[in-house]
Amino acid sequence: MSSQMDTGKSRGSTADSEKTEEFVTFTIAGQLFGIPVLQIQDVLSSYRITRIPLAPPEITGSLNLRGRVVTAIDVRLRLGLPPRPADADSMSIVAENGGELYSLMVDSVGEVLALPHSAYERNLPTLDATFRTFCDGIYRLDDQLLVVLDVNRLLDYEHVDAA
Amino acid sequence: MDDLLSEFLTETNEGLSVLDVELVKLEQNPNDEDLLSNIFRYMHTIKGTCGFLGLPRLESVAHAGENVLGKIREGDLVVTPAAVSLILECLDSIRSILMVLEETESEPTGDDSDLIGRLNAFADSGDSGAAQAETAPVSVEEVFAEEKIKAAAPAEETVAEADESDAVEAPAEAPAETPAAPPQSTQRATKEEVTTKESVVASQSIRVNVDLLENLMTMVSEMVLTRNQLLQILRGQKDSEFTAPLQRLNQVVSELQEAVMMTRMQPIGNAWAKLPRIVRDLSLELGKKIDLVMKGAETELDRQVLDLIKDPLTHMVRNSADHGLESTEKRIAAGKPEVGKITLDAYHEGGHIIIRISDDGAGLPIEIIKNKAIASGLTTEAEAETLSEQQIQKFIFKAGFSTAAEVTAVSGRGVGMDVVRTNIEKIGGTVELNSVEGRGTTFTIKIPLTLAIVSALIVGCGGERFAIPQISVLELVRASANSENRVERINNTPVLRLRNRLLPLVNLRELMKLDPEAAETPAEDAAAEVVSLDKKRKRKDDHFIVVSQVGSYTFGIIVDRVFDTEEIVVKPVARILRHIQMFSGNTILGDGSVVMILDPNGIAAATGEVELAHESEDAATEQQVARGSETVSMLVFRAVGKGPKAVPLSLVARLEEIDLEKVEISNDQYVVQYRGQLMPLVRMEGAAELGSEGRQPVIVFSDRDRSMGLVVDEIVDIVEDSLKIELTSNREGYVGAAVIAGKATDIVDVGFYLTQAYKDWFSSNATESLGEGSPSRVLLVDDSPFFRNLLQPLLSVAGYDVTCVESGAVALELCEAGEDFDVILSDIEMPGMSGFEFAEAVKKDTRWSKVPMVALSAFATPKDLARGREVGFKDYVSKSDRDALVATLHETLAELRGAA
Repeated sequence: MSSQMDTGKSRGSTADSEKTEEFVTFTIAGQLFGIPVLQIQDVLSSYRITRIPLAPPEITGSLNLRGRVVTAIDVRLRLGLPPRPADADSMSIVAENGGELYSLMVDSVGEVLALPHSAYERNLPTLDATFRTFCDGIYRLDDQLLVVLDVNRLLDYEHVDAA
Repeated sequence: MDDLLSEFLTETNEGLSVLDVELVKLEQNPNDEDLLSNIFRYMHTIKGTCGFLGLPRLESVAHAGENVLGKIREGDLVVTPAAVSLILECLDSIRSILMVLEETESEPTGDDSDLIGRLNAFADSGDSGAAQAETAPVSVEEVFAEEKIKAAAPAEETVAEADESDAVEAPAEAPAETPAAPPQSTQRATKEEVTTKESVVASQSIRVNVDLLENLMTMVSEMVLTRNQLLQILRGQKDSEFTAPLQRLNQVVSELQEAVMMTRMQPIGNAWAKLPRIVRDLSLELGKKIDLVMKGAETELDRQVLDLIKDPLTHMVRNSADHGLESTEKRIAAGKPEVGKITLDAYHEGGHIIIRISDDGAGLPIEIIKNKAIASGLTTEAEAETLSEQQIQKFIFKAGFSTAAEVTAVSGRGVGMDVVRTNIEKIGGTVELNSVEGRGTTFTIKIPLTLAIVSALIVGCGGERFAIPQISVLELVRASANSENRVERINNTPVLRLRNRLLPLVNLRELMKLDPEAAETPAEDAAAEVVSLDKKRKRKDDHFIVVSQVGSYTFGIIVDRVFDTEEIVVKPVARILRHIQMFSGNTILGDGSVVMILDPNGIAAATGEVELAHESEDAATEQQVARGSETVSMLVFRAVGKGPKAVPLSLVARLEEIDLEKVEISNDQYVVQYRGQLMPLVRMEGAAELGSEGRQPVIVFSDRDRSMGLVVDEIVDIVEDSLKIELTSNREGYVGAAVIAGKATDIVDVGFYLTQAYKDWFSSNATESLGEGSPSRVLLVDDSPFFRNLLQPLLSVAGYDVTCVESGAVALELCEAGEDFDVILSDIEMPGMSGFEFAEAVKKDTRWSKVPMVALSAFATPKDLARGREVGFKDYVSKSDRDALVATLHETLAELRGAA
């Protein structure tokens, strides 16, 4: 959490606008997203997942990553997007949150981009409410827009869902 | 050495080391407030602990030191090298006293007034500051010099001891006499001594962060699992070159596991340490003489487990002292030794620790618990009648249950016993109780040694695998359509007959909302899928049932497959899944896959709560149910002839299957040995003689201590329907017929068959119908559910609209609620308000004061008759004389009509 708040602060200050932050990019339903690279532990392609009965639908199950139990979440469903077609491939990004590991299922993982703070903008108020909740601003790239996904909020079921 | 003292020594020595370092830091950064308050806090703690332990000399020295620090903190004094050295001197003095304390377990005598005087003087004026200034750098150097000495030359203890008395005095005197040049040699000697001595207690134990130990434990656990996997692979291979090294690894890992476990082990005595004091205080407060005996205090168990049982144990001992043991007078009166005894006993058994808490007190009062359970809606009267003493005692573990007549300041026995049970079950333990009235109560707690690695049963259901902790698994039953154990259904709810008892079942597939069509198990079963359809269908009736127990509640979990048992490391589930109460954690199995660990407590709560809700609903509607037009649960069965037969379910004590080989004949009657008694078996009128082998369903009726079995062909169903008897019957053994579940059903007159079993149960005449005119409303007050259920159909048949209540108090509530009745029938012997008291209350000043009352009783002595008339009963009928009852009612009502 703290690292993110720091980056948030520096993003706000225009003075050091030439500073850059590195993001791992990925797509969900054609939209480009990014997560700060420091928050990411691993990228997985396919993995054996154990279903968890009674869990919310977007929690696809749990898996064993080198002796640690990782909870898998389909980001598509968490963002309120329609489910992925059955035959479509998926990849997962493993992030740590509060001492626990989570595997975020996305459509495909792209590359690591260093983005200048000058290209950053806050969430637009016209964005869909779910997006506004889980996203932490937008970067203007040359050919498209990158939405920063806020992993903490994505995994914060108590507060976000209660709100 | 006293635990408390050794803990104090370790802690204070640590505090002193920290203070040394911090003070030097402070000298360099005199304005660091955090540092200062930190130092102050340490000093304050040392002073406080000394005071607490009754060490006046230490306390006074520490107090003086704290005083100076306090002034500095408040800004009255500034941090000068002189101040620091003065405080360091104070610390040394404390240290030397501690050393003697460690050896002799008592404070050395000695005079610190000089040091204290200087500290106080400094605190007041800051005076000695200037004088001391020069010594300060020397002192700081000393600290460093000392470090070197510590490393280089271990000081000899004998020398140190010889110096001891001097050492205590030396630092106190030295600066005062020669402030500019402290006698370095003396000081150094002191410090050397400090260094060597310090290590005696300190080196025996070190403080390690608990998280580190936990982490170590987790890693070792993983290692154990990996080792198990390796050994498994090895078993499949002959003459492997890995055999020898793996065996060695095996041994080392086992030892490592044990050693790491040991780091978490603590003697249970630690959890008991407070008990003697508590018991002593209680004994004074309650005026009882109590002897607390503790056995097996050295038994070790996991620190985590220990923490969790500490409070429950304390609570239970408190309970035993307060309510288990009688007052001294009562004990003497009961011929018991004057001094009550509470025994705590702990020992290892298998992978468990057994802790026993027993008292030789009054035991649990069965009747009071029973009544209380009924009053608080935990059970119904009908149910309570059928419960064994032990089952009744277990009610004290229910929430909010207390049998204490008066709740004392200490506890009401039972208050919080539910919490005790919950806490113990949380760590996979069980608590049982055994109590004999007048002799005492024993609680037996069984808890696992550790929570880190548990043995679990791996089951498959709906294509998924789950782990169930072995500790909550009682047994496994394989049920199939043609075996002795088959799953039957009552209104779609599955039940299993298991050793003559019905076991409630929970379908894991449904509970987990798993895909009903899913293959039995993933992957491995691909080959098995080729089985023919026929086989598949057959397999559908095959179930594995995991019988588990949560507290006193035993139930079965239906699963598709049972795999194996595995040692698993319990890992907590992710935060976002914590709300699912069915899981207690998850784990990684030997094959690397993740499985969820089922929590039998959660499953029981998820399914049991439904039951509780039902019970309370039942209680709420009980009065209505008793009314003829409301629904009544009927047990439908077949026997003799084609039509279905039924009896009110509430009359039925149990359903049994009797082995016909065990049926004997006594006194021209079929009997069977049942629960240690001979139970007569009665056939319905016109039924064939009993066969000689096979099993026969029997409906058991009991009242008080008598039981009777009605032989039937088949139990069909339990139906909730209104008991509206349509046809009254002249046939012996039937009350009449009613439409139940859309079918004309004969209602069997249980009373008739009861008299077949026991001639003296009732007179055996058939019912006479008296129905005429508009139905008169009858209020029946009787505490026995049996009689209420018996008389209700009887009176309904006779043409009355009957309302039944179980006590006078409830009847009076009905009166207040505005209900009206033409006649009141009341039992005499009832708990709480007797029939006489009830009649007095009614006659005194209620709307019902004019309603004629008829007394019912099993025995009617002339004295009873007189008393009855006195309080306002119009007539007196023996309970067992049903004809007389109907006749009396008829007469009474006729009179009433005549009068009106």
